[in-house]
This record gives sequence, structure tokens and C-alpha cells, in this order.
Amino acid sequence: MDRIASLGRVGLDVVATVGRAGRFLAGVLTGVSRPSVGFPLLVRQLYSVGVLSLAIVVVSGLFIGMVLGLQGYTILSDYGSEAAIGQMIALTLVRELGPVVTALLFAGRAGSALTAEIGLMKATEQLSSMEMMGVDPLRRVIAPRLWAGFIAMPILAAIFSVVGIWGGMLVGVEWLGVFEGSFWGNMQSSVSFTQDVLNGVIKTVVFGFVFSWIAVFQGYDCVPTSAGISSATTKTVVYSSLAVLGLDFVLTAVMFGDF
Amino acid sequence: MAQRTTEIVTGLFIIAGLAALMFLALQVSGLSPKSDADTYTLYANFNDVGGITPRGKVAMAGVTVGSVKSVTLDRDTFQARVELTIDANVDNIPADSSAVIRTSGLLGEQYIDISIGGDMDSLNAGDTFYSTQSAMNLERLITNFASGK
Amino acid sequence: MDSGAYITLRDVVFSRSGRRIFDGVSLDIPRGKITAIMGPSGTGKTTLLRLIGGQLRPDSGSIVVAGESVPQLKRKALYTLREKMGMLFQSGALFTDLSVFENVAFPLRVHTALPEDMIRDIVLMKLEAVGLRGARRLMPAELSGGMTRRVALARSIALDPELIMYDEPFAGQDPIAMGVLVKLIRDLNLSMGLTSVLVSHDVPESLSICHYACIVADGQIIGEGTPEELRQHPSERVQQFLNGHPDGPVPFHYPADDAGVDWGLGGGSA
Repeated sequence: MDRIASLGRVGLDVVATVGRAGRFLAGVLTGVSRPSVGFPLLVRQLYSVGVLSLAIVVVSGLFIGMVLGLQGYTILSDYGSEAAIGQMIALTLVRELGPVVTALLFAGRAGSALTAEIGLMKATEQLSSMEMMGVDPLRRVIAPRLWAGFIAMPILAAIFSVVGIWGGMLVGVEWLGVFEGSFWGNMQSSVSFTQDVLNGVIKTVVFGFVFSWIAVFQGYDCVPTSAGISSATTKTVVYSSLAVLGLDFVLTAVMFGDF
Repeated sequence: MAQRTTEIVTGLFIIAGLAALMFLALQVSGLSPKSDADTYTLYANFNDVGGITPRGKVAMAGVTVGSVKSVTLDRDTFQARVELTIDANVDNIPADSSAVIRTSGLLGEQYIDISIGGDMDSLNAGDTFYSTQSAMNLERLITNFASGK
Repeated sequence: MDSGAYITLRDVVFSRSGRRIFDGVSLDIPRGKITAIMGPSGTGKTTLLRLIGGQLRPDSGSIVVAGESVPQLKRKALYTLREKMGMLFQSGALFTDLSVFENVAFPLRVHTALPEDMIRDIVLMKLEAVGLRGARRLMPAELSGGMTRRVALARSIALDPELIMYDEPFAGQDPIAMGVLVKLIRDLNLSMGLTSVLVSHDVPESLSICHYACIVADGQIIGEGTPEELRQHPSERVQQFLNGHPDGPVPFHYPADDAGVDWGLGGGSA
């Protein structure tokens, strides 16, 4: 009986958390702050969330592109079609790896930082004191961070894909000697803008939104102690990684699956 | 001043993102800024379209000149009717040209190749190719070869 | 009206996670005076401030601040009311990413459209009042605990509020910092006519500056009055708290089973 009761308690907790997250999101989105105040805040967050994540995204993109180039060459040269390496790299990056790996890196780099920062602001009563000063922290603190994550994610993913394709070209064309014309030609004839590039962008937009939501909510909802902040940070990384991978499957099935 | 630097760097970041998206659009997916008005439609009937699907490539002498718009079944002749979208600047396809389904490489995707005829007249928008050649069915070829026919 | 109560609490009941923190508290806080709310740790003194500030809602009972019933206020009206309140948090709660100057300027920038040179003048005036005009370029991480609280105090009076609430202003301060804070609280009350609510368990400091005090324990007010009246208060619990006796009506031992059982003596079946 105790087990059933505890299962029920867990279920209620989950439902309550989802409800809180939804109300929290509604609070953030409905609170529109004056552009003159909101814009500089957004820029500052875009800088710390987006620009500072650029290095890790570029470096990982380069290496992943180079690995794809090497692996693709080894496999495709068995069939004598190493010229198809361009389309393989481009499709892999634009459709899958670009959005997913960027989201995972972003969750580790920026998501944990967002959660920890907001959690610490909560623990040191900064959010509370803002409320007492008649300033809504959802608007002032949370909203710029949510939007910054939402905007930065597609940008980072696009940069990741481009750097990855360049890395793949570096290995395939410069090193392994695939003819450059067929590298780009094959790529261009098989990658479709609406089907592949735009769907990839839609994925990143969805990931960016879900990920930022999880990160700021975990920070805002955390238990304001050092143990609470550390567990919230862990939860951000775990939940957003799982959410990204799960959503990726769903989105891929909807976009590319032929039913 | 620190705020200003942040703003500039963030602006550059957004520009880099847009540039990356442009690169994906133009260089990677080969999207050319060209509207649908610059194309015209031709039709071709095949006994077997094989792996031709909408958005497939239409080429002439190996150069892409258009794409497959739709593949439908003609209820009277039981043939596949393929609607082709051809670039408007290729408006002088001889009227006796034929549409052939070919495969790029041994295992590559199938595309429609227009093999040029010698007629002085050209196909106009809405015309249908007189002669077509259906997809080479690898499986049937192997069966024929194996049974020695 | 001028000498009347600024804050009125009537039969306030509040419970959190199944524990009843306030069980019918009624209290009047007079306008323009310093009122101290004292009590042992963990009796929800800070919670009382949060109820007054509208950050928490009571289960029942009424809380009226400046003629407005706080629990019934809509979000917008509540935020407007809060512009009349200042609150000094125990940790100071300075924004760690802003300098001292920007911290004090924050409420002005948000709530007013004053030109930059006027904001500068007001901020420097407020910092001068707490004696930290010279520290305006420092970041919060570079301040000592006492200085942090003084900056936070400057920030809470930036908008010239009618009410200021101090949450444990003396906790963890060295004697000099404590003396400075006592002086500041008294001066602010005298010069600006602020209604001040002071939550503390530092008895001598609180009684030395307050006009009026009440003692909270076990969800109820066990004694109230002027400092003089409290010192003469007949209740044993009030006397125990004021004088810091280790044992009395509030027992030294946390409620436990008979000692013999825990040590396995007397044939118990532990």
C-alpha cells in the first residue's frame, strides 16, 4: 500500500511541477516590459548566453565535420562514390547533428549557467528583493534569459552546421582529394532548402525554446540552498538533453518520415 | 562603454548567424533566388517511373534544367503521367526529344534525362513528350540474364 | 490619521507545508514609529514581513497596509503598493552583477523617468546618508557584511518609501557595524518620519531603538507594549526570552521519549 501511495505522490509531484512550469511560462510571456528597458537586458543575455557559447560550438562543429568527412570517405570509397561525401556531410549536419549536438552543448554550457545564476539569485534573496521593490523578476530577470536562449540557439546551430561542412570539406577535399566541384555539386543537388535547411531551423527553434524554458524554470523553482542549486543544475542538463533527444525523434518522424 | 562593446559583439553574432543561414541556403542547398514564374510545365508518360518522386531532378546533357512536380496515374492508359517544371530560359527543347529515366551512378538516385532530338520546332508549355523510355529495372535485368533469355 | 496604525493585522492564520506558523495573530503597527518584532529563531518573523509585503498570502485574516487590504490586491496594484515599501533583507540581497551605484539607482531607473544627472544626485545623497558615497564604484563582492547592509539600506530608501522593513539587520554583525546600523535606523526614522518594522532576536539593540515591541512565539503574540512595559511584563515566557534564560517555559530539551528507553535501560524494548 505504501508503494502505491508513494507512486501516487510522485505522480502528483510531477503534475504539480508541470503546472507550475506552465504558469511560470505564462507569467514570463505575458509580462511585456518596455522596449527601452527590455532591449539592453536582452542584448546582455544574448552576449552571455550566445556569444560566449560560440567557441565551444565552433570547435565542436569543426571536429564533428572532420570526423564525418573521414568516416564518410572510408565508407563511401568502398562503393566508389566518395564524391557523395559532400551530400552525406551536409545532410547529416543540417538535418540532425547541427540541431541536436548544438542543443546538447548549449544545455551543458549555457543551460547550467542560467539555472545556477537564477538559483543563486533566488538563494541570496535578490529575486525576492526585486519583488519587494515593485519589480517583477519574471519580467526583469527571467524573460530576457528565456528569449536570449530562444534566439541564440538557431544562430549557434546554423554556425555549427556551416563550420562542420567546412571541416568536412577540409578533410574530404583538401586532404583526401575528393574533387571540389562534385563535393559541392552533389551537396547542392541533394540538399533541399525547404525540406532540409528549413526543417533543421524549425528543429533548432523548438529545441531552443524547450531548453531555455527548462533552464530558467529549474533555476526559478529550485530549493534556495547550495544543495538545491546543484540539483537544479543537474536537472537542467539531464531534462533538457532528454527533451531534446525525444523531441528530435518526434520532429524527425513528422518531417522526414514517410507514412 | 562595456555595454557598447557587448552590443557590438552581439550584433556581430547575430549577423554571423544570418550569414551562416544564407550560406546553408545558397551554397549548401543550392537555392537560387528565382521565382516560380520563371518556369514552364511539360508532361511525359512512362510505363514505369521506377524511383522518380516529386522534387526529382530533370537534366539535359547532365545539366539540371528543372524538377519533377508530380507523378500521377493515368486511369485510361495505366501509364504514369509526370509533370515536369522546366526553367524558362531552356525554351528551345526540340519537339521530338525524348524523356529517359536514368540512374546517377550504379546505386544513385534516378532522374529524368531529356535526350535531344533534331526537330526545328520546340516544345511549348503544356506539351507532352512523344517518346519516353522507362526506368531500367535492375531486378528484371538480372532475372533475364540469369534465366538466359 | 497621522498617529493611527499604518499596518493592521487581524486574526492572521498562516501555515506552510502542513505546519501552522501563525495562529490568529493581531497586531497594529503605528505610523512613523519603530516597531520591533522579536521572537526565538524559527517562529516565522520573516514570514510576517513577507505577509505584509504581499509575497505570501494568509490562509485567513486580514492584512491592511496604508488603507489597502494586501491579500486582495491584484498583481499590478500590489506592485504599486510595494513602491511605498522598502525592505532590507538579511543578506542584503544586492544584485551581484551591478555596482554599488547601479544597485542604489536600480529602483529609480525602473520606477521613475528621471534624467541621468538627477538619478546621480539622488543616489549619491542616499549613499552619503549611509556613509558610503566613496564606495560607489565597488562591486557587491568587494563589500564587507556591514557595508552590504548599508548599501542595501540606501537602495531601499532610494524611492523615499513610507514604510521600511528590516529583516534581522543585526544578525552576524560586529559591534561597530551593529552600532552603525542602530544609528542609521534611528536617524532614518527621525529625519524622514519612516514607519519602521524591525524583525530581530537581538534583544538589547532592538529594545534600545524601538518605540514599541512585540514578542512572537508558537504562532502567537505572547507580549507587546513599549520596551518599559515589556521589561515589567508578568509572563514568564517573555521574561525568559528577554533575559535569555536557557531553561524555562521554553524547555532546554527537545521533546523526547523517556531517557531510560533511549539508552536501553530499565528493560525497555528499544
